[in-house]
Amino acid sequence: MSPFFAAIVLIVLITCGHFLGRRRAIQTANGSRRLLHSLPHYYGLYVTLWTGVPAVILMALWVPLQPYFLDSFLIASLGDKASGLNSDQLGLLLNDIRNVADGNISSRRNDPTIIAAANRLIEWRQLGYAGLLVITLGAAIAGLAIARKRISRTMRARNAVERVFNAVLFIASLIAILTTIGIVLSLLFETIRFFGKVPITEFLFNLSWSPQTAMRADQVASSGTFGAVSLFAGTLLITAIAMIVAVPVGLMSAIYLSEYAPRKIRDILKPALEILAGIPTVVYGFFAALTVAPAIRGWGESIGLDVASESALAAGLVMGIMIIPFVSSLSDDVINAVPQTLRDGSFALGATHSETVRQVIIPAAFPGIVGSVLLAVSRAIGETMIVVMAAGLAANLTINPLEAVTTVTVQIVTLLVGDQEFDSAKTLAAFALGLALFCVTLVLNIIALRTVRKYREKYD
Amino acid sequence: MNMENNRPETVKSVAGGMAIDTAVTGEKNLKMDGTEETTIKMSARNLDVFYGEKQALFGIDLDVPEQSVTALIGPSGCGKSTFLRCLNRMNDTIDGCRVDGDIRIDQSDIYDRALDVVELRARIGMVFQKPNPFPKSIYDNVAYGPKIHGLAQDKDELDEIVRSSLERAGLLKEVVDRLDSPGTGLSGGQQQRLCIARAIAVSPEVILMDEPCSALDPIATAHIEELIDELRENFTIVIVTHNMQQAARVSQQTAFFHLGILVECNATNEIFTSPSDERTQGYITGRYG
Ligand SMILES: Nc1ncnc2c1ncn2[C@@H]1O[C@H](COP(=O)(O)OP(=O)(O)OP(=O)(O)O)[C@@H](O)[C@H]1O
Ligand SMILES: [Mg+2]
Repeated sequence: MSPFFAAIVLIVLITCGHFLGRRRAIQTANGSRRLLHSLPHYYGLYVTLWTGVPAVILMALWVPLQPYFLDSFLIASLGDKASGLNSDQLGLLLNDIRNVADGNISSRRNDPTIIAAANRLIEWRQLGYAGLLVITLGAAIAGLAIARKRISRTMRARNAVERVFNAVLFIASLIAILTTIGIVLSLLFETIRFFGKVPITEFLFNLSWSPQTAMRADQVASSGTFGAVSLFAGTLLITAIAMIVAVPVGLMSAIYLSEYAPRKIRDILKPALEILAGIPTVVYGFFAALTVAPAIRGWGESIGLDVASESALAAGLVMGIMIIPFVSSLSDDVINAVPQTLRDGSFALGATHSETVRQVIIPAAFPGIVGSVLLAVSRAIGETMIVVMAAGLAANLTINPLEAVTTVTVQIVTLLVGDQEFDSAKTLAAFALGLALFCVTLVLNIIALRTVRKYREKYD
Repeated sequence: MNMENNRPETVKSVAGGMAIDTAVTGEKNLKMDGTEETTIKMSARNLDVFYGEKQALFGIDLDVPEQSVTALIGPSGCGKSTFLRCLNRMNDTIDGCRVDGDIRIDQSDIYDRALDVVELRARIGMVFQKPNPFPKSIYDNVAYGPKIHGLAQDKDELDEIVRSSLERAGLLKEVVDRLDSPGTGLSGGQQQRLCIARAIAVSPEVILMDEPCSALDPIATAHIEELIDELRENFTIVIVTHNMQQAARVSQQTAFFHLGILVECNATNEIFTSPSDERTQGYITGRYG
């Protein structure tokens, strides 16, 4: 017996519930559907919901709670053997018991107390599943009976069913919001812990970033410095380079696609641009690191410039290329949304196509274009893979695109990869950086969406 | 307005075919000196228009007399807008639209290779059904045309063009103290007059109007009708309307279209009092349309 079996029986019951509810409703109306408040299948759904929802909720609570209770029973039954242990050792012991019960390899499979405990565990588990079956099926049958009894000619089954669906949809939408809130809160708490160790003024104003914390208190340079300025400067530099590439190219291709391109060319170019958007960023990353960066370096050397092998320029250029389809498809939508009557008005005055584009269409679409550029900026700021592979790790405070710089996202990655102590300033710094990044992109997104919406309102 | 540029050809009304013939005899306004002569500003001969495979207009012959108002009426989908858009070649901007036949302005073929469509549209203004001011200031809306055609030597001249165009469109008084505010912020009727001002700012010879009042309330409509009547002194006007009273009030000549065919074209009072075709009769008395 397992939860799986219970689930199957439940599904059978639910199906029966639908059928029974429907039939019952038709019976109460003496076969004349017109007398019923709702269509018969709403009564079916009503019974289904009564059968299924309480039972599923019980099951959903039971399944995760059962191991938890069984563990505490086990500890109680072990008595003295468990009471002397600290929590790590206790966890190890329970793990061994579980492994033996599941038939897995365990280092202590010959210990008689463990074997006895494992046998108890197996027995209890079966009891638990039996209980689960009884309780869920009991709830299902009770729900079915209650709901079926409630059915009458005037019962508003449709309204009840609609209310349930309403609630389900609401909960679904809540999940995304709650997750976001949860993430933000956890960022916030860890960030507060970080600022307990490192003063916030250092984070915001110190120009140097060297997040090495000592293993032992007597080491040299035992405390790192956590000045995020150079990281944000690096992010800004790379984002700026990316936008210098992406905005003009993206905008011009959007104008070409939406205003000039004949149907056939548009039908080829637009999907092609969208394919560009579908390339995984890690591919762009090694393209930047292995092709573009060496090319820039070689080119720099040939004219006597000193170019770092990992340069902001390489990462920025490739990131710009990655963002082109983003800018162009958003701008394309915005330009297409400019009403045809404005174009006609301009043409009818004898304006040429380019005059119309420059003086009527672009100004009309401008807020929307700004919005799409801002969205692209926030995308560029949050982009990680390309900069991890191509921009380097050295925190340089520079505006020279030929030097290596590092970005906020790169530092978050390097702070967290590998084995880390979870409460060192080094690890917590990642949360502070994450929160700062989140705030910046959030503000950008809000401004961008606002401008886009304002623009939409103007023409709807 | 530089009227020297227009060299209207004077022709005998017979040349215009039956359409213009009656238009002249029935309408006092057209005759300055009591003779049987009038000036034809634009003419269409044997005009067929296709949208892809579908033919929208069939062999249209129509003359548009100078300095008068020609109304195009007919049931929805009969090709009035299509005809109007042929006159300033706005159909060029529609994919798959093909125009066969002959359209002339002042005797010269508007589909002639040598003729620049940009220049043609500067000579033939257009006002649309829905007011479509650009999302610019009132001033810039009117100044747009003169700027792109380089009609003003300096800022003062441009100011003067904008001022006089707004004045002639009857809008100046209402907007004189807010020329810098956006044109889209005006009321519907004001927006439509702004569009008329924008059209006359480039000193066109002909103004085409496609149901210019259909989005407006009766008061704004009356305003525009008055304006059309005044504009007739300087411009040749072709107007599409679904409103029979409006056609009767503002026009001197009326053309009735039905299923892509020009059924009847005559002096307006003739059409409304004694139409010669029973389809016309049926339409204006409201039996169908
Ligand atoms: N852009 C277009 N593409 C294809 N067919 C068109 C197009 N514009 C108009 N037509 C067709 O041409 C015919 C004439 O249309 P037109 O717009 O000239 O009618 P109308 O007389 O102006 O009608 P309404 O009074 O409703 O404005 C219609 O059958 C219409 O379906
Ligand atoms: Mg029309």
